[in-house]
Amino acid sequence: MSAISLPTDISRRRDRRRGYAESLKGWTFVSPAALLLMLIYLVPLAMLLALSVTDYQLGAVVTGFVGLDNFERAFADPVFQRAFSNTLLYVAIVIPFGVGLALVIAILIHQRRRTRSLYEIIYFLPVTATLVAMATVWQFILHPRLGPVNKLLQTLGLPETHFLSDPALIVPTLAAIGVWQVVGFNVILFLAGLTAIPRELYDAARVDGASAPLDRFLTVTWPQLGPTTMFVTVTTSITAFKVFETVAVLTKGQRGTEVLLYAIYLEGFQYFEMGYAAALTLVFMTFVLLLSVWQTFHLDRRVHY
Amino acid sequence: MRKFPSPLAGLTPLLSHLVLLIGAAFILLPFFWMVLTSIRSPSEIFSVSFWPIPREFYGWENYGEAFGMVPLLRFMLNGVIVCLGILVVQLLVAVPAAYALAKLPFAGRRLLFALVVGALCVPMQVLALPLFMGLAEFNLLNTYFAMMLPFFLSVFAIFLFRQTFKSYPDEIIQAARLDGFTELEICWRLVAPSALPAISAFAVFSLVAHWNDLYWPMIVVSDTKLAPPPLGMLFFTNAEAGSNYGALMAGATVLTAPLVVAFLFARRQFIQGITMTGVK
Repeated sequence: MSAISLPTDISRRRDRRRGYAESLKGWTFVSPAALLLMLIYLVPLAMLLALSVTDYQLGAVVTGFVGLDNFERAFADPVFQRAFSNTLLYVAIVIPFGVGLALVIAILIHQRRRTRSLYEIIYFLPVTATLVAMATVWQFILHPRLGPVNKLLQTLGLPETHFLSDPALIVPTLAAIGVWQVVGFNVILFLAGLTAIPRELYDAARVDGASAPLDRFLTVTWPQLGPTTMFVTVTTSITAFKVFETVAVLTKGQRGTEVLLYAIYLEGFQYFEMGYAAALTLVFMTFVLLLSVWQTFHLDRRVHY
Repeated sequence: MRKFPSPLAGLTPLLSHLVLLIGAAFILLPFFWMVLTSIRSPSEIFSVSFWPIPREFYGWENYGEAFGMVPLLRFMLNGVIVCLGILVVQLLVAVPAAYALAKLPFAGRRLLFALVVGALCVPMQVLALPLFMGLAEFNLLNTYFAMMLPFFLSVFAIFLFRQTFKSYPDEIIQAARLDGFTELEICWRLVAPSALPAISAFAVFSLVAHWNDLYWPMIVVSDTKLAPPPLGMLFFTNAEAGSNYGALMAGATVLTAPLVVAFLFARRQFIQGITMTGVK
């Protein structure tokens, strides 16, 4: 009440002073975060852009500006072309199977009552398990002579299959492991989506004559799950573009199995071709960036605490 | 009670169980084979039998060899140090920042929040090259600090906590100020505890992500003594490739067990913590 009776210029001055004080308080609270943001994001991003137009090699004395040569070199480089097409093939397998299977499994689990949590646990296990260790296990399971998969194929009268050395099979095999790892994660997201569908919609659909399971799926479930499906697809593609662990354990990029991140890893951290690796990183980033921008703007709706 | 009308209700429960069980077998196969192999004798491993009970229990030998060949406990200790170090700093940095972004007006607040959202779109792998060069410049490679540094700032934590803190009632904050609470006390003793579900979900996410991360440790660490579990596993695989599967699977079991066991005990927190992000 007393503030009202004060002369306006004094109160305004006090307001301003309080404004500075508040600003100062705010800044002390965010300063560690702001500092780290500069140090971990802004400066490195600027460095990355600058590096990508140079021929810098770690420890080199002379470094020159090369313009867009690194990018031209990348697209003419057979190794990078392979990394590129392998990654696309990997993504093209993981998305439909990782999303499609998850949808089917989620719908089936959603119908279960007593066994629901049991299935949830089972399908979610690979998400928490250390992928590097599990990749080692897969290597053993797919072993031509010592693995159970080939033993099974043998009893069925099928030929010995070299999943991890036959060039035509390596990327699909890696993708199958990718699906194994991601499917449980997607199942949980789909289950959340299914639970959110109002029951009345199914009743309404039944009244309208959509009573066959497939009709109900097409008229209610699929449209209602639209946003979830989109989110799951984008998330799965980001994960798939970042495939690295399985390649590092199972093939080390040999026999033409480079993928984008592994190619970057080799150029940057094994051959120390910093300029070239920076250019490759930017190419990788353009692919992931669009997807992650979309994801970030939909994060708000998913974060519901 | 009438069953929930589901789009595939026409499938008999039997058929849906069948599909789910086939899927479950695919999911569980590596876990089953890993544990089984870890307690089998070499002769049984080489005969590739599907019989689920080892004829001769060989667990002591396999696990003993695994612990003898690589420092498994050391790997796990490294994992604990790195994960906890990261988490503690993440919370110390993100909670006050999120509180200020949610509740304190200050010049540049919108810009800072825009930067946080922008940073959310940048995957860590993009920053690896310059960060590696910086750490090499200061001779910090092969240290715990190098493994932790890029993750000290979690823009996701700031984003998540800000959304949560925003819903905290302003009246309580005002009243606390009048009662003589400092801003720091309001942040840590009133607002942060009210967001405990979000904080613990984030903690689970952070611990799982960094326990399992291979990319960054592989770049900055070459010393076996510093390796966290995934890198340790990679060293183990490379060193012993093709020779001793019993020990290798025993090692894989040991390194996978902590998170899997924790998951089985705190299923809800794990599922919530990991899936809330959509970002792995």
